[in-house]
Amino acid sequence: MLDADIQLRLSRLNLDIAFTVEAGEVVALLGPNGSGKSTTLRALVGLLPLAGGRIVLDGTVLDDPAQHVKIPPEKRPIGLMFQDYLLFPHLSTLENVAFGLRAKGTDKKAARDKASQTLARLGLEGLAEAKPGSMSGGQQQRVAMARALVTDPRLLLLDEPLAALDVSTKTDVRRLLREVLRQSNAANVLVTHDLLDAVALGDRMIVIQDGEVVQTGTPAEVTARPRSSYVADLVGVNLLRGTAHGTILDIDGGGKLTCAEPATGPVLAVIAPAAVSVSRQRPEGSGENTWPGQISAVDLMGDRVRVRTEGTPAITAEVPPAAVDQLKLDDGGELWACVSPAAITVYPP
Amino acid sequence: MDQQKQPFNPLLAVLAALAALFFVFPLIGLITGAPWGHVTDIITSKSALDALKLSIIASLSSTVIALLFGFPLAWLLARGNFRGKGLLRGLTTLPMVLPPVVGGIALLLAYGRRGIIGEPLDKATGISLPFTLAGVIVAESFVAMPFFVLTVESGLRSMNRRLEDAARSLGAGRLMVFRRVTLPLIWPSLAAGTVLTWARALGEFGATITFAGNLPGKTQTMPLAVYISQSSGKMEEAIALSLVLVVVSLVVMIFRRRIAGSD
Amino acid sequence: MDAGSEADVPRLSARAGARSWRGPRRRHPALFTVVCAAIAALVLAACSSSTSTPSASSSGSGKVSGSVVVFAATSLTDAFNKIGAQFEKAHPGVTVKFNYNGSSSLATSITQGAPADVFASAAPANMKTVTDAGDAAGTPQVFTRNTGEIMVEKGNPKKIMSVKDLANPAIKVAVCAPEVPCGAVATAIFKNAGVTVKPVSEETNVGGVVTKVTLGEVDAGIVYVTDVKESEGKAIGVPIPASQNDITEYPIAQVKGAPNATGAKAFISYVLGPDGQKVLASFGFLPPG
Repeated sequence: MLDADIQLRLSRLNLDIAFTVEAGEVVALLGPNGSGKSTTLRALVGLLPLAGGRIVLDGTVLDDPAQHVKIPPEKRPIGLMFQDYLLFPHLSTLENVAFGLRAKGTDKKAARDKASQTLARLGLEGLAEAKPGSMSGGQQQRVAMARALVTDPRLLLLDEPLAALDVSTKTDVRRLLREVLRQSNAANVLVTHDLLDAVALGDRMIVIQDGEVVQTGTPAEVTARPRSSYVADLVGVNLLRGTAHGTILDIDGGGKLTCAEPATGPVLAVIAPAAVSVSRQRPEGSGENTWPGQISAVDLMGDRVRVRTEGTPAITAEVPPAAVDQLKLDDGGELWACVSPAAITVYPP
Repeated sequence: MDQQKQPFNPLLAVLAALAALFFVFPLIGLITGAPWGHVTDIITSKSALDALKLSIIASLSSTVIALLFGFPLAWLLARGNFRGKGLLRGLTTLPMVLPPVVGGIALLLAYGRRGIIGEPLDKATGISLPFTLAGVIVAESFVAMPFFVLTVESGLRSMNRRLEDAARSLGAGRLMVFRRVTLPLIWPSLAAGTVLTWARALGEFGATITFAGNLPGKTQTMPLAVYISQSSGKMEEAIALSLVLVVVSLVVMIFRRRIAGSD
Repeated sequence: MDAGSEADVPRLSARAGARSWRGPRRRHPALFTVVCAAIAALVLAACSSSTSTPSASSSGSGKVSGSVVVFAATSLTDAFNKIGAQFEKAHPGVTVKFNYNGSSSLATSITQGAPADVFASAAPANMKTVTDAGDAAGTPQVFTRNTGEIMVEKGNPKKIMSVKDLANPAIKVAVCAPEVPCGAVATAIFKNAGVTVKPVSEETNVGGVVTKVTLGEVDAGIVYVTDVKESEGKAIGVPIPASQNDITEYPIAQVKGAPNATGAKAFISYVLGPDGQKVLASFGFLPPG
């Protein structure tokens, strides 16, 4: 089990993050570039000095600046998968995978045997003698995986493991990675900026922005109730901040909406774009939750179209492609949005 | 990744051919000017064999010295971060731009019998470098080591240091990282630097004759022997000795590709 | 290693690859012309330089002009510089250019075709190399003589008094290489004195020996008396008795095919004449005898 409390000061970033990871659990660290996710990994590896906090793995203190305890990187039972794999170009696949074992003192034959087994487990049997340069991206990624796993690490760190792959390879490798992580009884920390990776591979998600934790929870919780515009954008939903007075929601920055469920105090509200209907004329019927806005963007996304209007509040609606012609959306201008109260999910920030 | 074949460019070919001929003609001149009748007598004479032996011992020793002292220096220049690094690099490459005789005089003023270092050394231990084989080695090391330092520094800079991080993260201690990651990755530039250094040391003349003097059997290396022959009109002898140097050098240059791996 | 790189490498379209090659002339006409002109110019210059006469008249008129190139032994440096200056004063408009080196080196250069007008050697042997090769015009004449002397550091710390002292293995001695005139002098002196001396260095010209002594690298060197006189203040001489010493004759000759034959003749006359001889004597040289 990993118990990490990391405080770091870098030129571009102040990192302050604390979390735990159980053995066998996969925690996905999600955040935009520069948020501190890679920095967190480097701190766990031991490549950066902590300004404060403590890192404890399976009861052993790896890093405690206050007590002047720091175990050097090579003595930590950690497996690391780099974004750019960093396979040793001059060594064969087998030698690459056996490297960690040899470093820990295993004799050559035993190391090569275990490495062979790990390669086979990941479907790379025939490539033992090949050099990394001659293999495809997906194969290299699996070799990197094997190299990290072969030493039975207590903490497995994966830095954007699928980032360098193209879409079709990604799906296959993601499946393989999920299998491998399922069988692992190490604490696993996965760093990614891809929501799909986090959702598919993580048991829990930690969203980090500007060096701070913004939200934690299971992937389902986080995506259903995002607490940052970053996640909301990733998930693709509208996120509004405001104050609730019963069923009336006062939105920060202007606008009022009526909700189905009452609440009090500062809240977040999520509205799926598909739940927003649009029209050129003010809709008849109840005047609730309708407001105009200037069209600011029309995005064609395959078989769906998203329209953004800058009213109070600004909102993104999803419409069928036919609507583009019907409503002449490309001409811009004023568009009315309408949301039913039941479609607004309100929750505390 | 397969390279696209270059389309044939005659202008390039002509210029390259001229360059190649520029180097080939002097060699042809040496071969045709050699006294093939009695070349064996000349190159097996005592003075020739002495000169060859001295040249080989001195050049190899200088290369070893360059390796021992030049490698840490190259490491420092490539990885170190300290004020005056640029100045240090400039100083180590100074022998490359100095005329060798100037280098020899500077060596005398530093390590000669009345030199800044040489004088106390002589007084304390009786050791004096000029006129000895050690003096020849010092002179050759002085002019040749910069080549080693520059080549190896360049190799160190251009390797991906993150591979060393990866090795450390896999549990390798510093020695293992160096032995199994750094060294193999810089091997080509290490080999190239060594060969370059050795070649420069082998051909050194000005600094050697100025600092170590010229004494057959003791300090007269091949280049000095060639010069003495040439300046006393014994052209055939000079050519024969020159050919020996050329053959030795060619052999090493050809083996260089095998040592360094194809590049 | 960038995994997805295969997709990123731009592929040349079939169209671009199939474009036919047109040759440098069509593609870069200006560059091609410039390169051809440059090569032609170089070739012409190379061909013509061997026939051009760099210095001026060898027209047969008695007037000396242009430059006179003199190859002279190192030991003649100071004396000939002074003679040259006086010669230039006596013949306004004329420049004398000197190339000083070991006589054997100079002889080799001349037989290889170096463009000298006059050769002044420190020993008959090196002049013979030139005459044997047919590169001398007329008969060489002895214009001065020199003799050897031991040169030691200022103050003579090792108290060297005679040639026999040089045989002491603790004394470091430098001489010229045997192929060079001053080296032959040293060999003769040691033979005459009946000593075996093991020098630590055989220099390629007498200047090298002087340097080694004045820098303190060696304790003593065999040089000419003229070198000791020149180095007054920087080194001391220990005279060698005539019975042990060697006298060497310095011949001078005009080089065959000299670019400035008139100038060569005039310079040689000057050296042999009273003005030249006076200068040589002032530097310690012996009369031709």
